[in-house]
Amino acid sequence: MFAGWTGAVALGLVGLLALLLAELIVGGWRTFDRFGLGFFLGRAWNPVRGREAFGALPFIFGTLVTSAVAVALAVPVAVGLALLLNEVRGFVRAPLASFVDVLAAIPSVVYGLWGLFVLKPFLDRHIEPFMTSTIGTVPVAGALFRGNPNGPDLFTAGVILAIMILPIVTAVTREVVAVVPRELREGALALGATRYESIRMAVLPYARSGIVGATMLGLGRALGETIAVSMIVGNVPRIGASLFEPGATIPSWIASSFREATSVGLHRSALMALAVVLVIVAFVLAALSRLLVRRTASLVSGETPGAAETEIPKVTR
Amino acid sequence: MRRVEVADLSAWYGPKKVLHEVNVVAEPRKVTAIIGPSGCGKSTLIRCMNRMHEEVRGARVRGKVLFDGMDIYSPDVDPVDVRRRIGMVFQRANPFPTMSVFENAVAGMQLGGRFSRSELKVRAEGALRAAGLWEEVKDGLDEPGARLSGGQQQRLCIARALAVEPEVLLMDEPASALDPASTLRIEELIEELKRSFTVVIVTHNMQQAARISDWTLFMLYGEVVEFGPTSKMFTRPDEKRTEDYITGRFG
Ligand SMILES: Nc1ncnc2c1ncn2[C@@H]1O[C@H](COP(=O)(O)OP(=O)(O)O)[C@@H](O)[C@H]1O
Ligand SMILES: [Mg+2]
Repeated sequence: MFAGWTGAVALGLVGLLALLLAELIVGGWRTFDRFGLGFFLGRAWNPVRGREAFGALPFIFGTLVTSAVAVALAVPVAVGLALLLNEVRGFVRAPLASFVDVLAAIPSVVYGLWGLFVLKPFLDRHIEPFMTSTIGTVPVAGALFRGNPNGPDLFTAGVILAIMILPIVTAVTREVVAVVPRELREGALALGATRYESIRMAVLPYARSGIVGATMLGLGRALGETIAVSMIVGNVPRIGASLFEPGATIPSWIASSFREATSVGLHRSALMALAVVLVIVAFVLAALSRLLVRRTASLVSGETPGAAETEIPKVTR
Repeated sequence: MRRVEVADLSAWYGPKKVLHEVNVVAEPRKVTAIIGPSGCGKSTLIRCMNRMHEEVRGARVRGKVLFDGMDIYSPDVDPVDVRRRIGMVFQRANPFPTMSVFENAVAGMQLGGRFSRSELKVRAEGALRAAGLWEEVKDGLDEPGARLSGGQQQRLCIARALAVEPEVLLMDEPASALDPASTLRIEELIEELKRSFTVVIVTHNMQQAARISDWTLFMLYGEVVEFGPTSKMFTRPDEKRTEDYITGRFG
């Protein structure tokens, strides 16, 4: 009975999702039909009738870059926080834990405002020039950190995203770290490992697949975040090496241009097509994360055969 | 010397006192067995002997554990150093699941010390031989340690403990989760190990204590009932309660 209900609900949800996707595809069809693969690879975006050109590449680029910056900044901090909160004793734990939880409760438009009026000026004035003059001088990779520090940019958007995904990545990582078997930590400690060494030796390797999962969850959040990014990123379709120049992500672009998109011509259809691309990117990443988690998890699960083999009743007395 | 002397040791988990002024001595090149019913504090006692007890939240101790005369609980002693010199094998084999057999064997050496690959190989082989595992794994050193059978995993854990060249080896029911054949191997191994180590072993199994130990400590409810040479304990114990327990007339 209950199974029947849940089954029906699950089916309904899948159906709804399929319907949604179908609607998007139908809506975007005229664009896909007209530009084909060129829609994915094109860089121009011109809704003026007669000169219409639509390409998603700058938005795919912006989405991936801001999300990558977010993950690169958030994951190390989240893992550190999770370890601090779970492994280290001390009076900072409780306040720190609730602080991270509070971060999750802040609406994203507030992040956007704060990012625009507090974080951006700070990064522009202090952090970005500093990065330009230090890691910016490295050959090749340094190009990422050169550019005009003023004005909206991909980096600032990435930092805001990092703060926004920090709670979820931290929470999931904490869960994962909490289930690392006691015996493994103690095994390391009994060999004369310091607390730090026991984390590196026993906790992190065991938790690795879970941390990958947490990262992917955060990445998924970052990909889809709209308002905060839209307020900060500049919404300029651009592809370039520098993180300190403006850009646009798929959600930010849709959010900032849907008002002008009428059903006359292709503009509205192109935005729908853009949404389809976002869904595809998210699906691809979800599938990839599945694979990654499974691969790293299989390294750990070799555990079972030995343990299962030998549970014989204890002979006592 | 490598003598471990527990003097008036009490231990708590939070407010719960589980060891009451325990006194016992583990002599070098001898096997000292700790026996007693489940929950009497055997694991707690052995974990106090290399400061693993304090890794449980809220756990604390009072009293002394003298290692060659030095109190391992004195404030200027680093528990990390204690554990390097006093190794431990646990009830459940706990090889590091992401590491190969070889990496597991040398895991402890990677801490603190810097060894060349060839030194590591020599020490790994030595430890695996000492643990009686070498012949079985020498062709599969790069296999995951977790792929081994339960008995092999436990011997891998013994090898891992031996590779850091400790002076004392503490074993908490090392064979209780193993089949009889693996148990026998572990017992033979302990015979070997006692030539060079001070061995302390917790066991649930009376016959095992009688077979392999030189000294036996019998505990009840966190207190020492009797401590003496194994042969005497198992033939004419001083205490009635010891006799009852050993002959199986006890709860
Ligand atoms: N982590 C712990 N927290 C609280 N109590 C514990 C803990 N570990 C053991 N105890 C208690 O301490 C007593 C001794 O346990 P233990 O040393 O494990 O006994 P044994 O090894 O002889 O079976 C038992 O009453 C047990 O319930
Ligand atoms: Mg025990």
